[in-house]
Amino acid sequence: MRFSGLKILKEGLTGNKGWTNHWRDPQPKQEYDILIIGGGGHGLSTAYYLAKNHGLKNIAVLEKGYLGGGNVGRNTTIVRANYFLPGNSEFYSHSLKLWEGLEHDLNYNVMHSQRGLINLFHSDGQRDAFARRGNAMINQGDDAILLDMEGVRDLLPYLDFEQVRFPIYGGLYHPRGGSARHDAVAWGYARGADTRGVDLIQNCEVTGIDISQGRVTGVQTTRGQISAKKVGIVVAGRSGQLAAMAGMRLPIESHVLQAFVTEGLKPCIDHVISFGMGHFYISQSDKGGLVFGGDLDFYASYAQRGNLPMKEHVMEAGMTLMPMIGKARVLRSWGGIMDMTPDGSPIIDKTDIEGLYIDCGWCYGGFKAVPASGYCFAHLLATDKHHEFASGFRLDRFKTGYGLIDEEGTGSQHNLH
Amino acid sequence: MRIPCPTCGDRDRREFYYVGDAQIINRPSPEASEDIWNDYLHNRDNPAGVTKDLWYHENGCNSWLVVTRNTTNHEVQHAELVTKLKGDGS
Repeated sequence: MRFSGLKILKEGLTGNKGWTNHWRDPQPKQEYDILIIGGGGHGLSTAYYLAKNHGLKNIAVLEKGYLGGGNVGRNTTIVRANYFLPGNSEFYSHSLKLWEGLEHDLNYNVMHSQRGLINLFHSDGQRDAFARRGNAMINQGDDAILLDMEGVRDLLPYLDFEQVRFPIYGGLYHPRGGSARHDAVAWGYARGADTRGVDLIQNCEVTGIDISQGRVTGVQTTRGQISAKKVGIVVAGRSGQLAAMAGMRLPIESHVLQAFVTEGLKPCIDHVISFGMGHFYISQSDKGGLVFGGDLDFYASYAQRGNLPMKEHVMEAGMTLMPMIGKARVLRSWGGIMDMTPDGSPIIDKTDIEGLYIDCGWCYGGFKAVPASGYCFAHLLATDKHHEFASGFRLDRFKTGYGLIDEEGTGSQHNLH
Repeated sequence: MRIPCPTCGDRDRREFYYVGDAQIINRPSPEASEDIWNDYLHNRDNPAGVTKDLWYHENGCNSWLVVTRNTTNHEVQHAELVTKLKGDGS
């Protein structure tokens, strides 16, 4: 089934009886060439690109709950390519290019909206740092414009420009940044993978990883044993548990990151905005809700909900930056589980076990990476070679100290990112 | 979330600084192998369930605490002074 304007018109006139399920609900087979553990954004895009770019057919995605029920359904949907360091820069640049062609590629409306992203700065030092970052983005071939205060005021007249505590000096404007409909991204990739023959198996929790003589042979699941030549772990916050099944310990600590949404309002915030003097960023969804968030709660957690101190901090920062949102009522808050690495950058690599691969450590930035992560992980799974855009995301960089990607420049240590 | 500091009693989480897994208090010898140091510095059990982590009571008595806590529901079960666990605080 292909979506098109004509199809919508036809279905509208004939009682919408011709729509079919977006994917099958297959029984797991005895054996696959490649198993992907985790049916979230990254797992589904990996399966899609394995089928599309590498022509592989005998693939299954195993999901313990339902497709897209984890972090891809719990994030704040920001898409951007404003990274600074080699290793990250080319990867996120590639990801943004994939985003820009995604709807045509998937024949699915992921509501990708390049509304522009503005990172505000509030001091001379911060201005210098953002100017430098903007130059790095331009060198990478992406877009960045350094705005002064008047430039920001033209775009965001509703910010509190009068306050003296955190004066707004300007902002780094990234016009191609924006947001997308998070669930639709998972659904679009799921449908694309299923159409190309990938089995998407839901309600199938992996309970063990079979390893024989240093080589992975398959997995144990709540729906029986499944054999496989290669297994890819793509489970975000649960990476530690899956790795433990293979006898590994990872350089990862799982943390909770909260997000918030208000009641639906008329369009008022046209961009994605981040505050440079507190942990606060905001955009407005197409339904009208203000979607905003801040930083981690900063203690290891799997609870998918946070505590009050960070809620308070985020609300305070929001009110400091744009007092106009003060009367909007918060409808919901929730938490996602972030797999935090010591240097704040991800891992896409082989493991010491032959045939076992891992894609994890996305910290709090996994959503924008969904296309390129799947693209590069599929390349690694299919060819056993690191993709040129993800060649820095090595598992052993912490042990050797070589090739650390510390984007924030705070050090490579747990609890610093 | 409140943490039962052995010196100060039940105190708000805001008074404490979180460091990470309590394995950090068992520092390997300087001669230990690269693998042991890598395990100590970077690798974590990262359990979903009961864990022990290291907190610093920075807005209280300035003690280092090992807190027993459940990562799936944020229940704080117990807190112990590091000096007590390690003897003289060395």
